[in-house]
Amino acid sequence: MSQSSKPAAFDRALLAEALIEAVRKLDPRKLMRNPVIFVTEIGAVLVTGLWLRELGQGTGQPWFSGQIAAWLWFTVLFATFAEAIAEGRGKAQAASLRQSRCDVRARRLVLPDSAEPIWENVSALDLEPGDVVLVAAGEIIPLDGEIVAGVAAINEAAITGESAPVIREAGGDRSAVTGGTTVLSDEIRIRITAAPGETFIDRMIALVEGAKRQRTPNELALSVLLSGMTLIFLIAVVTLWGLAGYSGTAVSVVVLVALLVTLIPTTIGGLLSAIGIAGMDRLIRFNVIATSGRAVEAAGDVDTLLLDKTGTITFGNRMASEFVPMPGVTERTLAEAALLASRGDETPEGRSVVALARADFGLSEPALPEAAVLVPFAAQTRLSGLDLGERRIRKGAVDAVLRHLGRSPDTVPAEFRAAVDRIARSGGTPLAVADDGQLLGVIHLKDVIKPGIRARFAELRAMGIRTVMVTGDNPVTAAAIASEAGVDDFLAEATPEDKLGYIRREQAGGRLIAMCGDGTNDAPALAQADVGVAMQTGTQAAREAGNMVDLDSNPTKLIEIVGIGKQLLMTRGALTTFSISNDVAKYFAILPALFVATYPQMGALNLMQLGSPQSAILSAVIFNALIIVALIPLALRGVRYRPVAAAVLLRRNLAIYGLGGLVMPFAGIKLIDLALTHLNLA
Amino acid sequence: MTVIGWLQIAAVLLCTLATAVPLGRYMARLFSGERTFLHPLLHPVERGFYRLAGVAPDRDQGWLNYAFAMLAFSAAGFAALYLILRAQGLMPFNPGQLPGLPADLAFNTAVSFLTNTNWQAYAGETTMSPFSQMAGLAVQNFLSAATGIALAMAVTRAFARAGTDQLGNFWVDMTRATLYVLLPLAILVALALVVLGVPQTLTGSVGAVTLEGAQQTIALGPVASQEAIKQLGTNGGGFFNANSAHPLENPSGLSNGLVIWAMLAISAALPITFGRMTGSERQGWAILSAMGLLLVAATATVYWAETSGTPHLTALGLDPLAGNMEGKELRFGQAMSALFVAVTTGLSCGAVNTMHDSLTPLGGLVPMLLMQLGEVLPGGVGSGLYGMVVFCVLSVFVAGLMVGRSPEFLGKKIEAREIRLAVLAVLILPLVILGFTSASALLPSALASLNNAGPHGLSELLYAYSSAAGNNGSAFAGLNANTPWFNTTLGIAMMLGRFAYVLPVLAMAGALASKPRIAASPGTFPTTSALFVGLLVGVIVILGGLQFFPALALGPIVEQVLMRDLVTF
Repeated sequence: MSQSSKPAAFDRALLAEALIEAVRKLDPRKLMRNPVIFVTEIGAVLVTGLWLRELGQGTGQPWFSGQIAAWLWFTVLFATFAEAIAEGRGKAQAASLRQSRCDVRARRLVLPDSAEPIWENVSALDLEPGDVVLVAAGEIIPLDGEIVAGVAAINEAAITGESAPVIREAGGDRSAVTGGTTVLSDEIRIRITAAPGETFIDRMIALVEGAKRQRTPNELALSVLLSGMTLIFLIAVVTLWGLAGYSGTAVSVVVLVALLVTLIPTTIGGLLSAIGIAGMDRLIRFNVIATSGRAVEAAGDVDTLLLDKTGTITFGNRMASEFVPMPGVTERTLAEAALLASRGDETPEGRSVVALARADFGLSEPALPEAAVLVPFAAQTRLSGLDLGERRIRKGAVDAVLRHLGRSPDTVPAEFRAAVDRIARSGGTPLAVADDGQLLGVIHLKDVIKPGIRARFAELRAMGIRTVMVTGDNPVTAAAIASEAGVDDFLAEATPEDKLGYIRREQAGGRLIAMCGDGTNDAPALAQADVGVAMQTGTQAAREAGNMVDLDSNPTKLIEIVGIGKQLLMTRGALTTFSISNDVAKYFAILPALFVATYPQMGALNLMQLGSPQSAILSAVIFNALIIVALIPLALRGVRYRPVAAAVLLRRNLAIYGLGGLVMPFAGIKLIDLALTHLNLA
Repeated sequence: MTVIGWLQIAAVLLCTLATAVPLGRYMARLFSGERTFLHPLLHPVERGFYRLAGVAPDRDQGWLNYAFAMLAFSAAGFAALYLILRAQGLMPFNPGQLPGLPADLAFNTAVSFLTNTNWQAYAGETTMSPFSQMAGLAVQNFLSAATGIALAMAVTRAFARAGTDQLGNFWVDMTRATLYVLLPLAILVALALVVLGVPQTLTGSVGAVTLEGAQQTIALGPVASQEAIKQLGTNGGGFFNANSAHPLENPSGLSNGLVIWAMLAISAALPITFGRMTGSERQGWAILSAMGLLLVAATATVYWAETSGTPHLTALGLDPLAGNMEGKELRFGQAMSALFVAVTTGLSCGAVNTMHDSLTPLGGLVPMLLMQLGEVLPGGVGSGLYGMVVFCVLSVFVAGLMVGRSPEFLGKKIEAREIRLAVLAVLILPLVILGFTSASALLPSALASLNNAGPHGLSELLYAYSSAAGNNGSAFAGLNANTPWFNTTLGIAMMLGRFAYVLPVLAMAGALASKPRIAASPGTFPTTSALFVGLLVGVIVILGGLQFFPALALGPIVEQVLMRDLVTF
């Protein structure tokens, strides 16, 4: 399940399986959940019955009724097929997940609190939450739990698709383990926290299969509207029977059913659940598991993103960005000394000094003289350097270097102090460089903002989403980074309580908040946030509190999750608008055909100049069925999403799906009519 | 169509616009409980009413209590009016010795005036005594209009408030709408009408000798006061059977302009009130623009259809340039007749200065469609606004998703509950209009009431039920509606059109009021832009009108295409 393994949308085996499933879904008991398509199916049954009667009695137009019946069945079938194919894409994933869930044996400790490991061999299915089990290297963890003792390397590829092992240990934020993953080293004791059938993997399977799919709030509301529209058109068509009777037009039931089915919103009705499943699927393929569809919708509505500074906005480490030489020292001299002094510093910060010196001055690392002695960086000394005989080059924290030089902070040159102050004020970290007892200058270490992140935030702002940086830094540093990254607000020296408070304040102002976190102390904020993304590496508490889990544990994804949520809603809206605006053309196809026998002058309304009344009605029905198939790829892929303001999105989508939906069926129906007339089908 | 004609139309609409802003803001202050310039004069009266009725004016009601108060008040109003009409013969001020009304007509008329429909299955001057007119009908003219305003204010507060289920106090809203809005305006308009020559007297009739020497009895009465509230309250029930075409109700072009303005005045101002109270006057303008756009388009269609004339009239040797003048008054002319037709049906007024039955088929289609859209352009006093809010909610829901957020209108999330109630409301009109029309079309006894056969006969039926369900009250004429079947079914249609529509809307308002108001951002679906106005227009036409297309096709549309072949019915 890695991000790159996209199952082909129209794999042949998948198609065949979806087709079988589509037929199975024709069961009216299952279709009842979808009123629009259910009404279509009733219509299809009715017309089929009438067709058989016409065949039996040799009356009417069985050729015409038969074709209408066939296309009505196709309409229903295309709708169930759309749902089946959307589900099918999750099925393969579910199958591979299931393999890791197969019945495993577990060693349950009889006396969990005793140091002595007395255990009994039980099936994982017999375990209960609270049991403590012993899992050793090479064994599979039976159920979700928390390590109570020991530390182990664990392969979580079954869930994350990432084969590099992760370290899990008792206590702290890395104690959660997931059932179905494999212990690679050592032996751990795990307290089971989930009952069999309710583990993370079980939930994932249910999710990707769409088995327990609940309709999301917005989907439910949309179904209500679609049912209402179906009812309205049902009224219009049923009453038409009386009105036509008055006018002396005998309108056959077949034609009335055809009119009804083309008017009710079958396009969106047929694709609605496929859109929802595909949206969820997009998230899963993005390696994010949402515990409910509601969370995906909420992601589209998010107004404020709480982003951790480290890893999301900045690279994890501070990097050298500038050499500030003292008067009388060239920048090159400073860079050379810094380069030499950093030879003994293997930390990312030390390497960044080397990298900067090479980049700015093209310095290569000179071969070290025999006599050179490296002074490696140590957390205690907080400096590194190089001794060349008597010459001692040092680089490190300002106070450490001053101590090395034996100078008090009061005696340093004013320029040095000014440079150090300036760097500190800008949110950076100053490092001093000394060579042979002389202060050469200062290295500016700073949090490096990820390239492109500023533009991302600008895009988010255009979409109306505020970004808030959360950091443990002091307010001065935080403010400097915040302004450089272009976030709208920041939370400095943030404690978990601060986060929770901030979320509550924003929510009180009517805004929806998304955040991510991994620690147990993040759990309240994750639960409070409207979209809480827990990291897979996080604690069980965090994973329970959030409504999404990111299997890659990448906090930057929050931005993409919002995009996926928006795309889901947009797709739904676009196809609804398209479906509704289609009706205009269908009226112009069917109504003149309906009444032209009684009132030949009604031909004036036959704007499309359709061949005959039969071909007009048939063309509308066929168009109505084919448009569902034609839009399946769009429903699965989602409407193209770009981060721009709502007004711009609306203008574009209204032009494509509103106006397009108005105009397109005129052309489509005309083309089908031409084909039908040409093939002598009507 | 002439430039002068268009200038006349523009002048009336611009006057409406000019008064809509101050009147809208005035009502916003009034219904927010702030002081207005009329308070020194009217506040003591208002307080007196509350003390008499035992109403605690600052106790707000949830939607259910508000609805209950409205229903109880309406039921009482219905009972009183029904009794007055039945017992007309026993009542004072009955110079013509007019008898009491039969049960079905009294039911129909009581429902009609109660629901602000003012469908009249009778001829006013020969059926109603001045007492019935003043104490019965005129009272309901005020109260049904005030009820509409009150309901609109309750719906407005759903968006203005957050985290509460209180929508205001029905009794207070009623009292204020009557006392501060309808009464002062009615007095002003009545005086203006008197100046323009409309009679205002308790004399029943005067005799006159015509040029041929024949004796003529000219019915008189308190016409100007009746006329003022009839227009202002979008009631439409005329003093005379000929309604606003009667020279004593509407004597001149000038009075015609005045009464058109009077119809529009409050309904055009209420969107501004809505905008003010919800904190976004731009929203009010957007709603008003959508109303105006469709209304102007409707006026233009009628104007064009009527001035294009008919081949029959040309064949008779009439000047084709005069257009179709059948059923129109020369003193109003084509333009102001067309405007009146569109306004009276775009509103739920139903006054007529033109015989709608005599319009060309296309010209007659427009008022029918306007009523079927639910009387929202700009609609009856109050009912137009809350009908439009329902359409806004539906528009936002359908297209709002396209910006990638779950739909919200004025910061309120639109969810399943709201949609269920909005759909329930919009379901009522097609159910009632198409259901009853279809039933009547199959019922031989109902068909016996038709003056014409074929599509025109169908139009007459469709028009009657559209008018009743839309609470319009105008008649296509040509249909003898004073039969037990029509009196009863039209009465039911009027009742459903008013109460079955507004109850779900109030419930929706209750649900919306308790929701928090989400802050707007650039990611919010824009509901004040020109694009939204266009969208709203599209949704009104497609979701509100398309379901009537088959019925219209068999009525006016087919008649229009047949007219070119000189086929008549």
